[in-house]
Amino acid sequence: MSHQKTHEENHPDKGRRDFIKQSSLLTALALAPPALMKAADPGWEAEAPRLLEQPLNIEINGISRKLSVEPRVTLLDLLREQLALTGTKKGCDHGQCGACTVHVDGKRVLSCLSLAVMQEGKKVTTIEGVGTPDNLHPMQAAFIKHDGFQCGYCTPGQVMSGIACIREGHADSDDDIREYMSGNICRCGAYPNIVKAIAEVKKGGKSL
Amino acid sequence: MINFDYLRVTTPKAAVDAIVTNRNAQWIAGGTNLIDLMKKGVVEPQKLVDITNLPLKEIKKTSNKFSIGAMALNSDVADNELVQKEYPLLSLALKAGASQQLRNMATVGGNMMQRTRCPYFYNIDMPCNKRQPGSGCGALKGFNRMHAIFGASDKCIAVHPSDMCVALVTLDATVVVTGPKGERRIPFQDFHRLPGELPQKDNTLERGELITAVELPDQPFKKNVHYLKIRDRSSYAFALVSVAVAIDMQNGKMNQVRLGMGGVAHKPWRLKEAENFLTGKAPSEPVFREAAKLAMRGAKGYGHNNFKLKLGPNTIVEALIKATATS
Repeated sequence: MSHQKTHEENHPDKGRRDFIKQSSLLTALALAPPALMKAADPGWEAEAPRLLEQPLNIEINGISRKLSVEPRVTLLDLLREQLALTGTKKGCDHGQCGACTVHVDGKRVLSCLSLAVMQEGKKVTTIEGVGTPDNLHPMQAAFIKHDGFQCGYCTPGQVMSGIACIREGHADSDDDIREYMSGNICRCGAYPNIVKAIAEVKKGGKSL
Repeated sequence: MINFDYLRVTTPKAAVDAIVTNRNAQWIAGGTNLIDLMKKGVVEPQKLVDITNLPLKEIKKTSNKFSIGAMALNSDVADNELVQKEYPLLSLALKAGASQQLRNMATVGGNMMQRTRCPYFYNIDMPCNKRQPGSGCGALKGFNRMHAIFGASDKCIAVHPSDMCVALVTLDATVVVTGPKGERRIPFQDFHRLPGELPQKDNTLERGELITAVELPDQPFKKNVHYLKIRDRSSYAFALVSVAVAIDMQNGKMNQVRLGMGGVAHKPWRLKEAENFLTGKAPSEPVFREAAKLAMRGAKGYGHNNFKLKLGPNTIVEALIKATATS
Protein backbone atom coordinates (compact mmCIF):
# COMPACT_ATOMS: atom_id res chain seq x y z
CA MET A 1 0.00 0.00 0.00
CA SER A 2 2.74 2.42 0.99
CA HIS A 3 4.49 1.55 -2.26
CA GLN A 4 1.42 2.51 -4.24
CA LYS A 5 1.11 5.80 -2.41
CA THR A 6 4.69 6.74 -3.27
CA HIS A 7 4.02 5.81 -6.88
CA GLU A 8 1.00 8.06 -7.03
CA GLU A 9 2.84 10.95 -5.44
CA ASN A 10 5.60 10.65 -8.01
CA HIS A 11 3.23 10.28 -10.92
CA PRO A 12 0.04 12.16 -10.17
CA ASP A 13 -2.46 10.58 -12.45
CA LYS A 14 -5.47 12.84 -12.52
CA GLY A 15 -7.46 10.77 -14.99
CA ARG A 16 -7.19 7.65 -12.88
CA ARG A 17 -8.06 9.46 -9.69
CA ASP A 18 -11.10 11.01 -11.28
CA PHE A 19 -12.12 7.61 -12.49
CA ILE A 20 -11.84 6.12 -9.02
CA LYS A 21 -13.82 9.01 -7.54
CA GLN A 22 -16.51 8.70 -10.18
CA SER A 23 -16.82 4.96 -9.94
CA SER A 24 -17.11 5.13 -6.12
CA LEU A 25 -19.86 7.70 -6.56
CA LEU A 26 -21.63 5.49 -9.06
CA THR A 27 -21.43 2.52 -6.70
CA ALA A 28 -22.88 4.67 -3.91
CA LEU A 29 -25.67 5.84 -6.19
CA ALA A 30 -26.53 2.32 -7.25
CA LEU A 31 -26.90 1.28 -3.60
CA ALA A 32 -28.79 4.40 -2.49
CA PRO A 33 -32.59 4.55 -2.21
CA PRO A 34 -34.32 6.51 -5.00
CA ALA A 35 -35.17 9.55 -2.84
CA LEU A 36 -31.55 9.97 -1.94
CA MET A 37 -30.54 9.63 -5.56
CA LYS A 38 -32.52 12.69 -6.54
CA ALA A 39 -30.82 14.72 -3.85
CA ALA A 40 -27.42 13.49 -4.93
CA ASP A 41 -27.87 14.34 -8.61
CA PRO A 42 -24.29 14.28 -9.87
CA GLY A 43 -25.03 16.82 -12.62
CA TRP A 44 -24.60 14.57 -15.59
CA GLU A 45 -27.27 12.74 -17.53
CA ALA A 46 -27.69 9.05 -17.01
CA GLU A 47 -27.70 8.50 -20.75
CA ALA A 48 -25.39 10.37 -23.09
CA PRO A 49 -27.44 12.79 -25.17
CA ARG A 50 -27.85 11.56 -28.73
CA LEU A 51 -26.83 14.03 -31.35
CA LEU A 52 -29.64 14.70 -33.77
CA GLU A 53 -30.33 11.81 -36.04
CA GLN A 54 -30.56 12.81 -39.67
CA PRO A 55 -33.31 11.72 -42.04
CA LEU A 56 -32.03 9.51 -44.85
CA ASN A 57 -33.84 8.59 -48.04
CA ILE A 58 -32.07 5.72 -49.67
CA GLU A 59 -32.89 2.89 -52.08
CA ILE A 60 -31.44 -0.45 -51.08
CA ASN A 61 -31.75 -3.42 -53.42
CA GLY A 62 -34.64 -1.75 -55.23
CA ILE A 63 -36.59 -0.84 -52.10
CA SER A 64 -36.94 2.84 -51.16
CA ARG A 65 -36.48 3.46 -47.48
CA LYS A 66 -37.01 6.43 -45.22
CA LEU A 67 -34.55 6.05 -42.37
CA SER A 68 -33.05 8.03 -39.55
CA VAL A 69 -29.37 7.70 -38.72
CA GLU A 70 -26.72 9.22 -36.50
CA PRO A 71 -24.10 10.95 -38.64
CA ARG A 72 -21.36 8.59 -37.42
CA VAL A 73 -23.05 5.44 -38.71
CA THR A 74 -21.24 3.96 -41.69
CA LEU A 75 -23.15 2.51 -44.61
CA LEU A 76 -21.78 -0.89 -43.57
CA ASP A 77 -23.17 -0.60 -40.04
CA LEU A 78 -26.48 0.69 -41.35
CA LEU A 79 -26.83 -2.36 -43.59
CA ARG A 80 -25.75 -4.91 -41.01
CA GLU A 81 -26.97 -3.50 -37.70
CA GLN A 82 -30.12 -1.60 -38.61
CA LEU A 83 -31.39 -3.40 -41.70
CA ALA A 84 -30.14 -6.94 -40.94
CA LEU A 85 -28.51 -7.18 -44.37
CA THR A 86 -25.58 -9.17 -43.04
CA GLY A 87 -24.40 -10.45 -46.40
CA THR A 88 -22.04 -7.47 -46.61
CA LYS A 89 -19.12 -8.34 -44.36
CA LYS A 90 -17.04 -6.30 -41.94
CA GLY A 91 -13.45 -7.39 -42.43
CA CYS A 92 -10.90 -4.77 -41.42
CA ASP A 93 -13.35 -1.84 -41.10
CA HIS A 94 -10.51 0.41 -42.35
CA GLY A 95 -10.74 0.20 -46.13
CA GLN A 96 -7.95 -2.29 -46.56
CA CYS A 97 -9.68 -5.60 -47.31
CA GLY A 98 -12.70 -5.01 -49.61
CA ALA A 99 -15.03 -7.42 -47.74
CA CYS A 100 -17.58 -4.60 -47.36
CA THR A 101 -17.76 -3.76 -51.09
CA VAL A 102 -21.23 -2.68 -52.30
CA HIS A 103 -22.46 -0.76 -55.33
CA VAL A 104 -23.65 2.82 -54.89
CA ASP A 105 -25.30 4.31 -57.99
CA GLY A 106 -23.68 1.52 -59.98
CA LYS A 107 -20.13 2.08 -58.73
CA ARG A 108 -18.36 -0.27 -56.35
CA VAL A 109 -17.33 1.42 -53.09
CA LEU A 110 -16.24 0.46 -49.59
CA SER A 111 -19.22 0.70 -47.27
CA CYS A 112 -16.98 0.78 -44.16
CA LEU A 113 -15.54 4.15 -45.19
CA SER A 114 -18.86 5.62 -46.38
CA LEU A 115 -21.08 7.54 -44.00
CA ALA A 116 -24.70 6.42 -44.36
CA VAL A 117 -25.94 9.99 -44.07
CA MET A 118 -23.92 10.95 -47.15
CA GLN A 119 -25.82 8.43 -49.32
CA GLU A 120 -28.97 10.59 -49.45
CA GLY A 121 -30.98 9.84 -52.59
CA LYS A 122 -28.59 7.11 -53.74
CA LYS A 123 -29.21 3.55 -54.91
CA VAL A 124 -27.32 0.86 -53.05
CA THR A 125 -26.96 -2.75 -54.18
CA THR A 126 -25.65 -5.37 -51.78
CA ILE A 127 -24.99 -9.07 -52.25
CA GLU A 128 -28.62 -9.71 -51.19
CA GLY A 129 -29.67 -7.70 -54.24
CA VAL A 130 -27.78 -9.64 -56.90
CA GLY A 131 -29.01 -13.21 -56.48
CA THR A 132 -30.85 -15.69 -54.27
CA PRO A 133 -30.02 -19.32 -53.41
CA ASP A 134 -32.62 -20.44 -55.97
CA ASN A 135 -31.64 -17.92 -58.58
CA LEU A 136 -27.89 -17.32 -58.42
CA HIS A 137 -26.26 -14.43 -60.21
CA PRO A 138 -23.91 -15.74 -62.95
CA MET A 139 -20.95 -14.48 -60.89
CA GLN A 140 -22.11 -16.41 -57.83
CA ALA A 141 -22.60 -19.56 -59.94
CA ALA A 142 -19.10 -19.15 -61.42
CA PHE A 143 -17.55 -18.77 -57.95
CA ILE A 144 -19.15 -22.08 -56.94
CA LYS A 145 -18.12 -23.81 -60.17
CA HIS A 146 -14.50 -22.67 -59.89
CA ASP A 147 -14.21 -23.05 -56.12
CA GLY A 148 -13.53 -19.33 -55.77
CA PHE A 149 -13.56 -19.41 -51.99
CA GLN A 150 -12.73 -21.45 -48.93
CA CYS A 151 -14.00 -19.82 -45.74
CA GLY A 152 -16.31 -17.55 -47.73
CA TYR A 153 -15.93 -14.44 -45.61
CA CYS A 154 -14.51 -12.25 -48.39
CA THR A 155 -16.83 -13.75 -51.02
CA PRO A 156 -19.71 -11.22 -50.98
CA GLY A 157 -17.17 -8.44 -51.49
CA GLN A 158 -15.36 -10.44 -54.17
CA VAL A 159 -18.62 -11.09 -56.05
CA MET A 160 -19.69 -7.43 -55.90
CA SER A 161 -16.25 -6.36 -57.07
CA GLY A 162 -16.13 -9.03 -59.78
CA ILE A 163 -19.46 -7.87 -61.25
CA ALA A 164 -18.27 -4.25 -61.23
CA CYS A 165 -14.94 -5.26 -62.74
CA ILE A 166 -16.71 -6.65 -65.83
CA ARG A 167 -19.16 -3.74 -66.06
CA GLU A 168 -16.27 -1.26 -65.94
CA GLY A 169 -14.52 -3.07 -68.78
CA HIS A 170 -11.58 -4.07 -66.59
CA ALA A 171 -11.73 -7.82 -67.12
CA ASP A 172 -10.17 -8.19 -70.56
CA SER A 173 -7.23 -10.31 -69.41
CA ASP A 174 -6.20 -12.24 -66.31
CA ASP A 175 -3.65 -9.51 -65.52
CA ASP A 176 -6.36 -6.87 -65.83
CA ILE A 177 -8.64 -8.85 -63.51
CA ARG A 178 -5.85 -9.29 -60.93
CA GLU A 179 -5.07 -5.55 -61.00
CA TYR A 180 -8.69 -4.43 -60.73
CA MET A 181 -9.54 -7.03 -58.06
CA SER A 182 -6.54 -6.05 -55.91
CA GLY A 183 -8.76 -4.19 -53.46
CA ASN A 184 -10.35 -7.48 -52.37
CA ILE A 185 -8.13 -9.52 -50.11
CA CYS A 186 -8.70 -13.29 -49.67
CA ARG A 187 -6.76 -14.68 -46.75
CA CYS A 188 -7.52 -18.26 -47.82
CA GLY A 189 -5.72 -17.45 -51.06
CA ALA A 190 -8.44 -18.48 -53.51
CA TYR A 191 -7.14 -15.90 -55.99
CA PRO A 192 -6.44 -18.19 -59.00
CA ASN A 193 -9.99 -19.56 -58.84
CA ILE A 194 -11.52 -16.13 -58.36
CA VAL A 195 -9.72 -14.96 -61.51
CA LYS A 196 -11.03 -18.04 -63.37
CA ALA A 197 -14.59 -17.36 -62.24
CA ILE A 198 -14.52 -13.72 -63.35
CA ALA A 199 -12.81 -14.56 -66.66
CA GLU A 200 -15.50 -17.14 -67.40
CA VAL A 201 -18.37 -14.78 -66.69
CA LYS A 202 -16.68 -12.16 -68.84
CA LYS A 203 -16.25 -14.68 -71.65
CA GLY A 204 -19.91 -15.67 -71.32
CA GLY A 205 -20.65 -12.19 -72.62
CA LYS A 206 -23.92 -11.73 -70.71
CA SER A 207 -24.65 -8.17 -69.72
CA LEU A 208 -24.52 -8.05 -65.93
CA MET B 1 -16.17 6.76 -33.69
CA ILE B 2 -17.24 9.79 -31.63
CA ASN B 3 -20.42 11.40 -32.83
CA PHE B 4 -20.49 14.69 -34.68
CA ASP B 5 -22.83 17.12 -36.37
CA TYR B 6 -23.41 16.87 -40.07
CA LEU B 7 -24.14 19.57 -42.61
CA ARG B 8 -24.63 19.25 -46.36
CA VAL B 9 -23.71 22.25 -48.50
CA THR B 10 -24.26 22.93 -52.19
CA THR B 11 -22.23 26.07 -52.87
CA PRO B 12 -18.51 26.76 -52.30
CA LYS B 13 -19.45 29.90 -50.35
CA ALA B 14 -21.61 27.92 -47.91
CA ALA B 15 -18.78 25.40 -47.57
CA VAL B 16 -16.27 28.11 -46.69
CA ASP B 17 -18.67 29.89 -44.29
CA ALA B 18 -19.39 26.65 -42.41
CA ILE B 19 -15.69 26.11 -41.75
CA VAL B 20 -14.78 29.69 -40.94
CA THR B 21 -17.52 30.01 -38.32
CA ASN B 22 -16.63 26.79 -36.48
CA ARG B 23 -13.04 25.96 -35.54
CA ASN B 24 -13.92 22.33 -34.92
CA ALA B 25 -15.64 21.74 -38.23
CA GLN B 26 -14.01 19.94 -41.11
CA TRP B 27 -14.93 19.24 -44.73
CA ILE B 28 -15.58 15.72 -45.88
CA ALA B 29 -15.53 14.55 -49.51
CA GLY B 30 -14.80 10.89 -50.35
CA GLY B 31 -13.98 10.21 -46.72
CA THR B 32 -11.58 7.38 -47.57
CA ASN B 33 -8.86 8.84 -45.35
CA LEU B 34 -10.87 11.03 -42.94
CA ILE B 35 -13.30 8.31 -41.78
CA ASP B 36 -10.36 6.01 -41.13
CA LEU B 37 -8.57 8.71 -39.11
CA MET B 38 -11.75 9.35 -37.13
CA LYS B 39 -12.19 5.66 -36.35
CA LYS B 40 -8.62 5.61 -35.01
CA GLY B 41 -9.18 8.76 -32.95
CA VAL B 42 -6.42 10.62 -34.81
CA VAL B 43 -8.81 13.44 -35.67
CA GLU B 44 -12.05 14.21 -33.84
CA PRO B 45 -14.02 16.93 -35.64
CA GLN B 46 -17.22 18.10 -33.92
CA LYS B 47 -18.86 18.80 -37.23
CA LEU B 48 -18.49 17.43 -40.74
CA VAL B 49 -19.44 19.58 -43.71
CA ASP B 50 -20.27 17.36 -46.68
CA ILE B 51 -18.91 18.99 -49.87
CA THR B 52 -19.59 16.12 -52.28
CA ASN B 53 -22.62 17.95 -53.69
CA LEU B 54 -20.66 21.03 -54.74
CA PRO B 55 -20.77 21.66 -58.51
CA LEU B 56 -17.03 21.01 -58.85
CA LYS B 57 -16.91 17.73 -60.77
CA GLU B 58 -16.30 18.97 -64.29
CA ILE B 59 -13.28 17.94 -66.38
CA LYS B 60 -12.94 20.42 -69.24
CA LYS B 61 -10.55 21.83 -71.78
CA THR B 62 -10.57 25.53 -72.60
CA SER B 63 -8.38 27.40 -75.10
CA ASN B 64 -5.08 27.18 -73.25
CA LYS B 65 -5.67 25.11 -70.17
CA PHE B 66 -7.22 21.99 -68.81
CA SER B 67 -9.30 22.10 -65.65
CA ILE B 68 -10.30 19.29 -63.33
CA GLY B 69 -12.91 20.01 -60.65
CA ALA B 70 -11.85 19.28 -57.09
CA MET B 71 -14.81 16.94 -56.55
CA ALA B 72 -14.10 14.83 -59.65
CA LEU B 73 -13.60 11.21 -58.62
CA ASN B 74 -10.14 9.68 -58.99
CA SER B 75 -11.59 6.88 -61.16
CA ASP B 76 -13.48 9.34 -63.40
CA VAL B 77 -10.31 11.37 -63.98
CA ALA B 78 -8.20 8.26 -64.63
CA ASP B 79 -10.71 6.92 -67.19
CA ASN B 80 -11.50 10.28 -68.80
CA GLU B 81 -10.70 10.15 -72.53
CA LEU B 82 -9.36 13.70 -72.67
CA VAL B 83 -7.10 13.08 -69.67
CA GLN B 84 -5.81 9.85 -71.22
CA LYS B 85 -5.09 11.68 -74.48
CA GLU B 86 -3.70 14.99 -73.16
CA TYR B 87 -2.16 13.97 -69.82
CA PRO B 88 -1.57 10.20 -69.92
CA LEU B 89 0.92 10.47 -67.03
CA LEU B 90 -1.87 11.67 -64.72
CA SER B 91 -4.07 8.73 -65.68
CA LEU B 92 -1.22 6.26 -65.08
CA ALA B 93 -0.43 7.70 -61.65
CA LEU B 94 -4.07 7.66 -60.58
CA LYS B 95 -4.46 4.02 -61.58
CA ALA B 96 -1.35 3.12 -59.60
CA GLY B 97 -2.99 4.41 -56.41
CA ALA B 98 -5.35 2.59 -54.03
CA SER B 99 -8.00 0.18 -55.38
CA GLN B 100 -10.88 0.74 -57.78
CA GLN B 101 -13.34 0.92 -54.85
CA LEU B 102 -11.31 3.69 -53.22
CA ARG B 103 -10.76 5.51 -56.52
CA ASN B 104 -14.56 5.46 -56.98
CA MET B 105 -14.90 7.36 -53.69
CA ALA B 106 -11.83 9.58 -53.45
CA THR B 107 -11.89 13.04 -55.05
CA VAL B 108 -9.05 15.03 -56.61
CA GLY B 109 -9.15 17.60 -53.78
CA GLY B 110 -9.33 14.87 -51.15
CA ASN B 111 -6.39 13.05 -52.68
CA MET B 112 -4.30 16.21 -52.24
CA MET B 113 -5.49 16.65 -48.66
CA GLN B 114 -4.88 13.07 -47.52
CA ARG B 115 -2.61 12.67 -44.52
CA THR B 116 0.57 10.65 -44.26
CA ARG B 117 0.30 6.90 -43.59
CA CYS B 118 3.20 7.03 -41.08
CA PRO B 119 2.30 4.41 -38.44
CA TYR B 120 3.35 6.77 -35.63
CA PHE B 121 0.87 9.36 -36.91
CA TYR B 122 -1.87 6.72 -36.99
CA ASN B 123 -1.25 5.26 -33.54
CA ILE B 124 -2.46 7.68 -30.87
CA ASP B 125 -0.35 5.91 -28.22
CA MET B 126 2.83 6.88 -30.06
CA PRO B 127 4.66 10.20 -30.15
CA CYS B 128 4.09 12.20 -33.35
CA ASN B 129 4.78 15.90 -33.90
CA LYS B 130 2.36 15.98 -36.81
CA ARG B 131 -0.59 14.70 -34.74
CA GLN B 132 0.45 16.21 -31.41
CA PRO B 133 3.04 18.97 -31.81
CA GLY B 134 5.84 18.70 -29.27
CA SER B 135 5.34 14.99 -28.52
CA GLY B 136 8.38 13.96 -30.58
CA CYS B 137 8.89 11.92 -33.74
CA GLY B 138 8.55 8.20 -33.13
CA ALA B 139 9.79 7.34 -36.60
CA LEU B 140 13.10 9.22 -36.42
CA LYS B 141 14.77 6.39 -34.49
CA GLY B 142 11.92 3.91 -34.84
CA PHE B 143 10.52 1.76 -37.61
CA ASN B 144 11.08 4.07 -40.57
CA ARG B 145 11.16 1.82 -43.60
CA MET B 146 8.49 3.83 -45.48
CA HIS B 147 9.92 7.23 -44.58
CA ALA B 148 11.51 10.24 -46.24
CA ILE B 149 15.00 10.54 -47.66
CA PHE B 150 14.61 14.15 -48.89
CA GLY B 151 13.74 17.36 -47.07
CA ALA B 152 12.88 15.82 -43.68
CA SER B 153 13.54 17.53 -40.34
CA ASP B 154 14.25 16.14 -36.89
CA LYS B 155 10.60 16.95 -36.13
CA CYS B 156 9.12 14.72 -38.86
CA ILE B 157 10.31 12.24 -41.49
CA ALA B 158 6.87 11.27 -42.85
CA VAL B 159 6.12 11.10 -46.58
CA HIS B 160 3.12 12.26 -48.58
CA PRO B 161 1.41 9.08 -49.79
CA SER B 162 -0.27 10.27 -53.03
CA ASP B 163 0.55 9.01 -56.52
CA MET B 164 -1.73 11.52 -58.26
CA CYS B 165 0.16 14.43 -56.68
CA VAL B 166 3.48 13.15 -58.05
CA ALA B 167 2.04 13.38 -61.56
CA LEU B 168 0.53 16.81 -60.89
CA VAL B 169 3.77 18.31 -59.58
CA THR B 170 5.61 16.78 -62.54
CA LEU B 171 3.12 18.31 -64.98
CA ASP B 172 3.36 21.82 -63.43
CA ALA B 173 -0.26 21.89 -62.29
CA THR B 174 -1.85 24.85 -60.53
CA VAL B 175 -4.24 24.56 -57.59
CA VAL B 176 -7.27 26.88 -57.59
CA VAL B 177 -8.64 27.67 -54.13
CA THR B 178 -11.40 29.88 -52.79
CA GLY B 179 -11.56 31.18 -49.26
CA PRO B 180 -12.69 33.99 -46.97
CA LYS B 181 -10.39 36.38 -48.85
CA GLY B 182 -11.47 35.26 -52.32
CA GLU B 183 -9.87 33.11 -54.97
CA ARG B 184 -6.16 32.44 -55.49
CA ARG B 185 -3.93 30.12 -57.49
CA ILE B 186 -1.09 28.11 -55.97
CA PRO B 187 1.60 26.43 -58.11
CA PHE B 188 1.41 22.71 -57.29
CA GLN B 189 5.08 22.76 -56.29
CA ASP B 190 4.18 25.20 -53.48
CA PHE B 191 0.97 23.49 -52.34
CA HIS B 192 2.48 20.83 -50.08
CA ARG B 193 5.27 21.84 -47.74
CA LEU B 194 8.29 20.34 -46.03
CA PRO B 195 7.90 19.56 -42.31
CA GLY B 196 10.53 21.96 -40.92
CA GLU B 197 9.45 23.11 -37.46
CA LEU B 198 5.72 22.77 -38.25
CA PRO B 199 5.08 19.16 -39.31
CA GLN B 200 1.42 19.55 -38.33
CA LYS B 201 0.98 21.68 -41.45
CA ASP B 202 0.86 19.49 -44.55
CA ASN B 203 0.24 22.30 -47.03
CA THR B 204 0.10 26.07 -47.52
CA LEU B 205 -3.69 26.44 -47.37
CA GLU B 206 -5.09 28.98 -44.92
CA ARG B 207 -7.97 28.03 -42.64
CA GLY B 208 -11.17 28.15 -44.69
CA GLU B 209 -9.53 27.81 -48.10
CA LEU B 210 -11.28 25.25 -50.28
CA ILE B 211 -9.70 23.61 -53.31
CA THR B 212 -12.07 24.12 -56.25
CA ALA B 213 -9.98 22.85 -59.19
CA VAL B 214 -6.63 21.75 -60.51
CA GLU B 215 -5.43 23.30 -63.75
CA LEU B 216 -2.91 21.90 -66.19
CA PRO B 217 -1.11 23.91 -68.87
CA ASP B 218 -0.89 22.78 -72.49
CA GLN B 219 1.89 20.25 -72.83
CA PRO B 220 3.64 18.08 -75.39
CA PHE B 221 3.95 15.05 -73.08
CA LYS B 222 1.56 12.64 -74.78
CA LYS B 223 3.68 9.63 -75.62
CA ASN B 224 6.96 9.28 -73.75
CA VAL B 225 5.54 9.08 -70.27
CA HIS B 226 5.84 6.51 -67.51
CA TYR B 227 4.84 6.10 -63.88
CA LEU B 228 6.88 3.45 -62.12
CA LYS B 229 5.74 2.55 -58.63
CA ILE B 230 7.80 0.18 -56.48
CA ARG B 231 5.86 -1.36 -53.59
CA ASP B 232 5.71 -4.41 -51.36
CA ARG B 233 3.09 -6.12 -53.51
CA SER B 234 2.32 -5.61 -57.16
CA SER B 235 -0.91 -3.67 -56.55
CA TYR B 236 -2.83 -1.89 -53.80
CA ALA B 237 0.06 -0.73 -51.61
CA PHE B 238 1.69 2.60 -50.93
CA ALA B 239 4.87 3.44 -52.79
CA LEU B 240 8.27 2.68 -51.33
CA VAL B 241 9.53 4.80 -54.20
CA SER B 242 7.73 5.98 -57.32
CA VAL B 243 8.98 7.93 -60.32
CA ALA B 244 6.98 9.98 -62.83
CA VAL B 245 8.57 10.74 -66.19
CA ALA B 246 7.30 12.95 -69.02
CA ILE B 247 9.54 13.57 -72.02
CA ASP B 248 9.05 15.41 -75.29
CA MET B 249 11.28 13.65 -77.85
CA GLN B 250 12.41 15.60 -80.92
CA ASN B 251 14.73 14.05 -83.53
CA GLY B 252 16.03 11.42 -81.13
CA LYS B 253 16.81 13.96 -78.39
CA MET B 254 15.02 14.79 -75.16
CA ASN B 255 13.67 18.23 -75.96
CA GLN B 256 11.79 18.70 -72.69
CA VAL B 257 11.99 16.55 -69.58
CA ARG B 258 9.86 16.43 -66.42
CA LEU B 259 10.73 14.17 -63.49
CA GLY B 260 8.95 13.66 -60.20
CA MET B 261 9.30 11.26 -57.30
CA GLY B 262 6.93 9.88 -54.66
CA GLY B 263 7.43 8.05 -51.37
CA VAL B 264 10.59 10.03 -50.63
CA ALA B 265 9.52 13.32 -49.03
CA HIS B 266 6.86 15.22 -47.07
CA LYS B 267 5.68 16.54 -50.44
CA PRO B 268 5.65 15.21 -54.00
CA TRP B 269 9.25 15.67 -55.07
CA ARG B 270 10.38 17.32 -58.27
CA LEU B 271 13.83 16.51 -59.74
CA LYS B 272 14.73 19.74 -61.57
CA GLU B 273 18.52 19.26 -61.59
CA ALA B 274 18.17 15.90 -63.27
CA GLU B 275 15.65 17.38 -65.75
CA ASN B 276 18.10 20.13 -66.72
CA PHE B 277 20.90 17.62 -67.12
CA LEU B 278 18.83 15.40 -69.42
CA THR B 279 17.39 18.19 -71.57
CA GLY B 280 18.84 18.21 -75.08
CA LYS B 281 20.61 14.86 -74.69
CA ALA B 282 19.96 11.59 -76.51
CA PRO B 283 18.50 8.91 -74.24
CA SER B 284 20.94 6.26 -73.05
CA GLU B 285 21.41 4.30 -69.84
CA PRO B 286 24.72 5.98 -68.85
CA VAL B 287 23.05 9.39 -69.26
CA PHE B 288 20.07 8.24 -67.16
CA ARG B 289 22.45 6.90 -64.51
CA GLU B 290 24.21 10.26 -64.32
CA ALA B 291 20.86 12.07 -64.01
CA ALA B 292 19.79 9.71 -61.22
CA LYS B 293 23.01 10.47 -59.37
CA LEU B 294 22.23 14.20 -59.58
CA ALA B 295 18.66 13.57 -58.44
CA MET B 296 19.83 11.77 -55.33
CA ARG B 297 22.09 14.58 -54.12
CA GLY B 298 21.21 15.48 -50.54
CA ALA B 299 19.31 12.23 -49.91
CA LYS B 300 19.61 10.87 -46.39
CA GLY B 301 18.54 7.52 -44.91
CA TYR B 302 17.28 7.00 -41.36
CA GLY B 303 18.12 3.33 -40.88
CA HIS B 304 15.31 1.09 -42.05
CA ASN B 305 14.84 3.20 -45.19
CA ASN B 306 18.49 3.24 -46.27
CA PHE B 307 17.54 0.87 -49.09
CA LYS B 308 15.75 3.81 -50.76
CA LEU B 309 19.14 5.43 -51.41
CA LYS B 310 19.80 2.63 -53.88
CA LEU B 311 16.23 1.87 -54.94
CA GLY B 312 15.65 5.58 -55.71
CA PRO B 313 18.25 5.99 -58.48
CA ASN B 314 17.52 2.52 -59.87
CA THR B 315 13.83 3.39 -60.16
CA ILE B 316 14.66 6.69 -61.90
CA VAL B 317 16.83 4.88 -64.48
CA GLU B 318 14.22 2.16 -65.07
CA ALA B 319 11.40 4.70 -65.46
CA LEU B 320 13.47 6.74 -67.96
CA ILE B 321 14.25 3.60 -69.97
CA LYS B 322 10.54 2.67 -70.06
CA ALA B 323 9.44 6.19 -71.02
CA THR B 324 11.91 6.50 -73.88
CA ALA B 325 11.38 2.95 -75.18
CA THR B 326 8.11 4.01 -76.88
CA SER B 327 9.23 5.76 -80.03
